[in-house]
Amino acid sequence: MKTAVIVFPASNCDRDAATALEQATGTAPHMVWHGEAEVPDVDFIVLPGGFSYGDYLRSGAMAARSPIMADVIRKAEAGVPLLGVCNGFQVLTEAQLLPGALMRNAGLDFVCGMQTLQVVNDDTKFTGGLKGKSYVDFPVAHHDGNYEADEETLDRLEGEGRVVFRYVANPNGSARNIAGIVNDKGNVLGMMPHPERVISPVLGGTDGAAFFKGIIEALN
Amino acid sequence: MKAKVHITLKNGVLDPQGKAIEGALHGLGFDEVGEVRQGKVIELQVNETDEAKAREQVEAMCKKLLANPVMENYTIELSA
Repeated sequence: MKTAVIVFPASNCDRDAATALEQATGTAPHMVWHGEAEVPDVDFIVLPGGFSYGDYLRSGAMAARSPIMADVIRKAEAGVPLLGVCNGFQVLTEAQLLPGALMRNAGLDFVCGMQTLQVVNDDTKFTGGLKGKSYVDFPVAHHDGNYEADEETLDRLEGEGRVVFRYVANPNGSARNIAGIVNDKGNVLGMMPHPERVISPVLGGTDGAAFFKGIIEALN
Repeated sequence: MKAKVHITLKNGVLDPQGKAIEGALHGLGFDEVGEVRQGKVIELQVNETDEAKAREQVEAMCKKLLANPVMENYTIELSA
């Protein structure tokens, strides 16, 4: 099982993501710098959290246009599973791999803390490890996590079962309490909460370990 | 030429920063203030003397990077 984490300038959850992937696969992922032209041939790619390019212009805007993204987009379109967490979700919307946009939190505050999420759809490539769990606890830490899209898009996402996670207590004003969505083919998941931060009891939770284990098992 | 790109949020897109500014202005006693919307201005020096060509180039920059069409509108102002 080969995996990769894309590292942008000012990514700051790349090593957490790498630890979570190594725990789930037994093998360290490729760490791929944003200036590279190609991602190695892997089974799963993660866009990590952080503040790529200092959130200049719009969160995720510059990272979505960095050199590596042409190949990330190509691989995602060819069906390679791709997970974007937090800043990674912002990059996915900016790259138009997912619809909508992540706007400034409605309360204007940076929000940081554990969130209980409803697992809305446990029948995706990404949620096999959460089967039977109606709720999981993943932490959030973001300033621009307010998911917005037009009503038609929101209706479509809900109608097609593409809302994967919802906040139980909405921390950022996201439309319809959306915390995570998948693309129409089901191989690209974007989510604001951080599963890679809860992969061991010492970190305050293990729901993230089950999440990553499930993704890897589904790929095997 | 010089280009000034004005980027604003589309109508109907929630603008919490504009709302906060509106509240602060009301707090200062500017009761005449209605809705406030915040945007941004980007100034560019374009190495092109033909206005039509410069507009086309800046338009492409807006579509590719400067504005996010999901939530933002833009207008371009050119000057020599």
